[in-house]
Amino acid sequence: MVSNNVPAEKIIDRVDLQLVADMIKPGSRVLDIGCGDGDLLNYLVNFKQVDGRGIELSQKGVNKSVSLGLAVVQGDAEDDLKNYPSDAFDYVILSQTLQSIYDVRGTLNELLRIGQHAIVSFPNLGYWRVRFDLLIQGRSPMSEKLPYIWCDSPNIRFCTLTDFVALAGEMGFVIHKIISINHSGRATPKNSVGIWTNWLAEEAIYLLSRG
Amino acid sequence: MTTVSNSNNAHEGSIPVEPAVIGMPGHNIVLGEQVPLSLVSGQKLGPFTVSYQTYGKLNADRSNAILVCHALTGDQFAAEEHPITGNAGWWNMVVGSGLPIDTDRYYVICINVLGGCMGTAGPRDINPKTGRPFGLSFPLITITDIVAAQKLVIDYLGIEKLFCVTGGSMGAMQVLEWASKYPDCVLCAIPIAGAARHSAQNIAFHEVGRQAIMSDPDWRNGSYYESQELPNRGLSVARMAAHITYMSDSALHRKFGRELQDRANVSYGFEADFQIESYLRHQGNSFVERFDANSYLYITRAMDYFDLAAEHDNVLANAFLNTDVKFCLISFTSDWLFPTSESRQIVHALNAVAASVSFVEINTDSGHDAFLLKEPEFFSILSGFISAAADQSNI
Repeated sequence: MVSNNVPAEKIIDRVDLQLVADMIKPGSRVLDIGCGDGDLLNYLVNFKQVDGRGIELSQKGVNKSVSLGLAVVQGDAEDDLKNYPSDAFDYVILSQTLQSIYDVRGTLNELLRIGQHAIVSFPNLGYWRVRFDLLIQGRSPMSEKLPYIWCDSPNIRFCTLTDFVALAGEMGFVIHKIISINHSGRATPKNSVGIWTNWLAEEAIYLLSRG
Repeated sequence: MTTVSNSNNAHEGSIPVEPAVIGMPGHNIVLGEQVPLSLVSGQKLGPFTVSYQTYGKLNADRSNAILVCHALTGDQFAAEEHPITGNAGWWNMVVGSGLPIDTDRYYVICINVLGGCMGTAGPRDINPKTGRPFGLSFPLITITDIVAAQKLVIDYLGIEKLFCVTGGSMGAMQVLEWASKYPDCVLCAIPIAGAARHSAQNIAFHEVGRQAIMSDPDWRNGSYYESQELPNRGLSVARMAAHITYMSDSALHRKFGRELQDRANVSYGFEADFQIESYLRHQGNSFVERFDANSYLYITRAMDYFDLAAEHDNVLANAFLNTDVKFCLISFTSDWLFPTSESRQIVHALNAVAASVSFVEINTDSGHDAFLLKEPEFFSILSGFISAAADQSNI
């Protein structure tokens, strides 16, 4: 068990996860979809006293999470979310998973049915290196955040920061916060996505709610 | 033999049971003396004996108790040499010092189920009104009754809240019944390789086993206790058929394949030519030495009747409304008797009531029996979940 005297910043060594954690109010109910080894959830349970739940596809991730004492089930977002009651959570987190989901609209609707807020993060297809790969090299883009060759990639949905803003608007969701993260891991809070942000952000995190 | 309380009166209509087997190691207590146990069938039982075994020490605030529920043919001797067979306890790789259910940290209780034949009241016991064994006149019991009797034992031990209830197969059914019926008495529940109801396929397998027993002429309508011959052939066939369902096809191939038993060629007859035949015959023959045929009928029936949703308007989630119990469900990929889909159904029901639930499917080719075998991944999940919950509860 994590003891409380460990400095918080040591718990999560991924910038994006720490930023997600910072969006969450202490004591809230949280569902982390695609929770991996449970790093974020473990941090939230221990440092923000959340009532945390997780869903993870890989057995390795589930095993690690459960061994930490976390309530994590083996499953996937598209099959398992429909079983949760409406408004079961204050926050539903979908971090770095959107790009591998088939039914994006259906899943986003489910996130905001079972949760008051959704926190969604994904790699930006509009990032300048990605654009240059395609433009100059003529190759399907690969980067640190999109590390797979096209034929092996689990990622089937690619979108840019601007694309996501448009989709959220079309679906009637309210975007409360956008954080863009550049290649060196520097995070910048934004109210909207401008042209340059869409060029420079390697990934982004959105805080959404129903309209 | 401990007597819980002195009887006073009116056991109007209650069925008293005198133990046929006395002197089993462990604890034997008499329950249902003052107030008989009301069975689901409408009958009343009491006084009756329950036999159980314990490992480890109960702590001062009685908060470290783990109830281990045994499966169909298991018994209370989970973590010690079996008094009849001399074999290691059925969960000796899980329960013990330094093991996932660590007896240095927890107080482990394992109770022989109602209807069983290792000391707890069952059809082999004596009906004091006739002075003869009950046989089929023993009342029918259900998983609900089995757990109600366990609750009496836990009350007797002065334990208000079990830290954990766990078990595999029929043990998992008892775990679910505990969590559903007595949620305030359970902190965490770990149903392993279980289901919230017995499937049609499983009822079918049980029926084959029961028919094997009942068609043995030595069964004599269940009144065989005073005769020279026991229905061992029927019971052994029942065990053989059941044993196949506990293993996966690939494990059978891995272990036995088409290998021949002590011979170079097939015999062109009906001897046990193949290793798998010899193995099954051995399983059947050794089973009859420790198990009562009528107990097998009664306990398989209890499993058949189990359907947790049926008691809750056919909505499984209603069995767990507002539960505070922390669940951890475990299934095994090659288990076709209690497949992962059964566990997943329970997970979905628990999600629907926003319960705290963990669920893992362990990759193994060992089939349903995997929960009794050496499965490191399974052990690490079990010890991880239990110790994290114990840390959180300051045990």
